[in-house]
Amino acid sequence: MTAVLEVRDLKVRFATPDGEVSAVNGVSFDVNEGECVGIVGESGSGKSQLFMSVMGLLAKNGRTLGSAKYRGTELVGMPVKALNKIRGDKIAMIFQDSMTGLTPHLRIGKQMTEVLVQHKGMSEADARKRALEMLNLVRIPEAGRRLAQYPHELSGGMRQRIMIAMALLCEPELLIADEPTTALDVTVQAQILDLMADLKTVTKAAIVLITHDLGTVAGLCDKVQVMYGGRFMETGTVQEIFYKPAHPYTAGLLASMPRLTEERQEKLYAIPGQPPNLQRLPKACPFQERCTYVHDRCIDELPVLRQVGDANATLTGHTKACHLVSLQNPVSAPHAPSINVAADEARSA
Amino acid sequence: MSKELLRVEGLKVHFPIRTGGILIGQYTPLKAVDGVSFTLNEGETLGIVGESGCGKSTLGRAVLQLIKPTDGQVVFMGSELTGVGAEVIRQKRADMQIVFQDPLASLNPRMTVGDIIGEPLTVFFPKMKAEERKEKVRALMAKVGLLPQMINRYPHEFSGGQCQRIGIARAMILNPKLVICDEPVSALDVSIQAQIVNLLMDLQQEFGLSLMFISHDLSVVRHVSHRVMVLYLGKVMEIATRDAIYAAPLHPYTQALISAVPVPDPDIEKNKQRIVLGGDLPSPMNPPSGCVFRTRCPRATDICAQEVPVLEEKAPGHRVACHHWGLPEQKLV
Repeated sequence: MTAVLEVRDLKVRFATPDGEVSAVNGVSFDVNEGECVGIVGESGSGKSQLFMSVMGLLAKNGRTLGSAKYRGTELVGMPVKALNKIRGDKIAMIFQDSMTGLTPHLRIGKQMTEVLVQHKGMSEADARKRALEMLNLVRIPEAGRRLAQYPHELSGGMRQRIMIAMALLCEPELLIADEPTTALDVTVQAQILDLMADLKTVTKAAIVLITHDLGTVAGLCDKVQVMYGGRFMETGTVQEIFYKPAHPYTAGLLASMPRLTEERQEKLYAIPGQPPNLQRLPKACPFQERCTYVHDRCIDELPVLRQVGDANATLTGHTKACHLVSLQNPVSAPHAPSINVAADEARSA
Repeated sequence: MSKELLRVEGLKVHFPIRTGGILIGQYTPLKAVDGVSFTLNEGETLGIVGESGCGKSTLGRAVLQLIKPTDGQVVFMGSELTGVGAEVIRQKRADMQIVFQDPLASLNPRMTVGDIIGEPLTVFFPKMKAEERKEKVRALMAKVGLLPQMINRYPHEFSGGQCQRIGIARAMILNPKLVICDEPVSALDVSIQAQIVNLLMDLQQEFGLSLMFISHDLSVVRHVSHRVMVLYLGKVMEIATRDAIYAAPLHPYTQALISAVPVPDPDIEKNKQRIVLGGDLPSPMNPPSGCVFRTRCPRATDICAQEVPVLEEKAPGHRVACHHWGLPEQKLV
């Protein structure tokens, strides 16, 4: 497997009047050909900014440190002109809000053909034909008529399909989808998820799915990376992350979701405390203030990603950034209590 | 548990929408809520689910008379709320409160947390001494999981989850009988959602509250509700006990909704056959004739376009509005 995207020790910093905010704090990973990678995290975990920085789309006060390579070409610090040859063509992005993702004063047809004329040098007529094909692929009814419409004339689900169609126009090698279904209703979300699952087999693009919804990840992704406080907490295959979570944060997230497939419980497990303040991230483990297994080492020493089960093995597949040996048997943490819901309730106060 | 607290009958909320006319406007009614009836018992939670535009928030506000219903009856604690004077309703408001979706937007940024939570006390007990009021606020803050010493802080100093706790404290300070929760956890992160859901359920147990829990998240609704009502374009599609709705839904819309929920379990999620509804929600300005769901319904036939299905009891306590009601043909989750 060859990597489409190689990210090494990437950091994102924002200069604000209140001081520097560290949104992403050194993450490294590969996205391989044909793979679907889920990036899971809550608001403020840095999951969106990580890929905004890869795409060179950070706000003016943001800067990127480290390296992100597309097929060996360094993207960090690349001049905008060169970057424009790659993004939209080789790497495409779908945004959460389909209304702001589309230009409001241009007809759908114009927006779609522009991409092809720009990147592929197609004639207007050929580009139109191709745009129609794409609209049919994402199952838009009366595709011909849509080309002459403006974004506001379409429903949210329809706009999201058009965003997906636009992203796929140039047959990108990497598709980054940032919360593609979050703003949609459940039944429309089901349509889009269904579509994306089909597209995964039709196109050969590697997909990065950025989301807070573990359910979406479970259905679409092959690999998952869990982020918290701008760092990866745990990475692995979907099977490993969902069935054998090794990090207390991942385990806590999974336990705190009510599920339709399980017996209803009287009480939900709740991770205590509040999300971290990015301006005052703890020196060591970012999850220490909310972790039920916290011990001295977590406060002094930043845990790095290590192989689950064997800390000395090389990094392949299932890794976690945690000092614990395992959740069932936290022997390296003599003072650590086991997960106790009642105690958490009191602490969250 | 069995004592009735709230009865809503044939509730309609129609908004006049200007659709034309230059000097004399032409108006078409937008039927946000169109003939909804249900009851809510003491200590019970009724989950109200549906997609955006189905009228679930409007229904909540109409029950509280924050929006004046066009037609229908709301009977709360034995007395009618519809068609009575503003002062009568104002007095009743002490017993019925609401928690909003956006935790920060629903708090006045220029008031301290203490003033926000204590405001209902100043309104309903103007003679109460400031010290006593503060004492009550502090006690409640501790109960909802806020540090009482933060009483003089402002909303922007709190995170989303904490702001929602403030909103809940404001709703609870008068010891109401009914709290309407309008998407109380939708704006919160996954790890915070569980905290707030647990808090609401604890408060319900302690004070015997009745809750109307409005949400689009079917997993959360299943967790909190005793009974569930499913709305579509302002009409009730199905209403039943929680177990009946989730284990044996009889309406095709409910079945599609349940099947659409992504389950955080890769083996189940990757292999399941979703019921995917075609198309989008029709415009509530111009709803389909007959059954409002027929344009997206996999079971629709000619009769659905001609006759509006009546909400009828098909099993004990299980009411469905569908010509072709019946158990799903496939496994939903």
